[in-house]
Amino acid sequence: MNFLSRIFNRPAESDSAQVAKQRLQLVLAQDRTNISTETLNVLKDEMINVISKHVEIDRANVQVSMAHTNRGEQLIANIPVVGARAPAPPAAAPRRVSTRRTRSARA
Amino acid sequence: MPGRIITITSGKGGVGKTTATANIGVALARRGQRVACVDADIGLRNLDVVMGLENRIVYDLVDVVEGRARLRQALIKDKRLPELQLLPAAQTREKSAVNEKQMIKLCDDLRREFDFVLIDSPAGIELGFKNSIAPADEVLIIVTPEVSSVRDADRVIGLTEASEKSSPKLIINRLRPAMVRRGEMMDTADVLEVLAIELIGIVPEDETIITSTNKGQPVALEDRSVAGAAFTHIAQRLLGEEVPFQVFDESDGLMERLARLFRRNQ
Repeated sequence: MNFLSRIFNRPAESDSAQVAKQRLQLVLAQDRTNISTETLNVLKDEMINVISKHVEIDRANVQVSMAHTNRGEQLIANIPVVGARAPAPPAAAPRRVSTRRTRSARA
Repeated sequence: MPGRIITITSGKGGVGKTTATANIGVALARRGQRVACVDADIGLRNLDVVMGLENRIVYDLVDVVEGRARLRQALIKDKRLPELQLLPAAQTREKSAVNEKQMIKLCDDLRREFDFVLIDSPAGIELGFKNSIAPADEVLIIVTPEVSSVRDADRVIGLTEASEKSSPKLIINRLRPAMVRRGEMMDTADVLEVLAIELIGIVPEDETIITSTNKGQPVALEDRSVAGAAFTHIAQRLLGEEVPFQVFDESDGLMERLARLFRRNQ
């Protein structure tokens, strides 16, 4: 049975077509905007620094990439939030962070 | 009414520009249109051999531009189709032998006597490409469903749009339906999603292209081959006819399925 279904149903052996499409979307977004991987990395580090001033984030898992969509090129940042960081205290008592859930924010 | 100047280009080489130019030209001529095919690949001419007219070249495009020959002397009439003519490229010159202004003048002269002027562009995005695009009213971009071809096509689409031409149209060439079904090749929808331009034709991979090119007889001269039919459909769409896009759904042969099964079980 298994033998026959293998002949007649032919499960997808690989999905390299989807890999090709995804790689193209990434490389074309870079080609069109002329933003290099290096620039993206610099951007990522600076974003981490700015956001960390206000929000506690999971630095190791921040992703910044380009994507090509029908509506043009998009810069996509995926930033997991660990919790809200208390603003630099003037004199008031520090507020406690109550939530510790990890969330993704899209910029 | 002056004729339409249509440039066929791709960025990447070897994806089928010359074959497409010859076959669309043949298909248009078979429908009674007066067609001039212009080989703009100076130094690497090939449209003449693909069309089977290589033995009849006396003058070429550069001879006309430099005033050594009149247009009518350089044009080669295709004896199989009285409406079809070829303006061959020079083989021993360089791309820089011609400039954009001269190409525009040449094509304007041609469009007075032809319904269609089809320009076979060289590969690349340099001088030869720019010379080919300069006179065009319309641009057809030819692409095969592979990453390198699609990437280059995207670049050429950008350059075409930057030169204030109307939005180019896409020909997907050498599609292999069996591979698409197995998820091993991007399908039409994938390529269109990535490139986001209008489709004008899908041409499946077809061995008769090779045998017909061996003989210098474009497949669109006859009605038998699938690729020939696909090129004919492109010609019909250029003429404003509504032709539905074919769905290529040929199954793998039994041998192909068995071979794959054995590979998997090894």
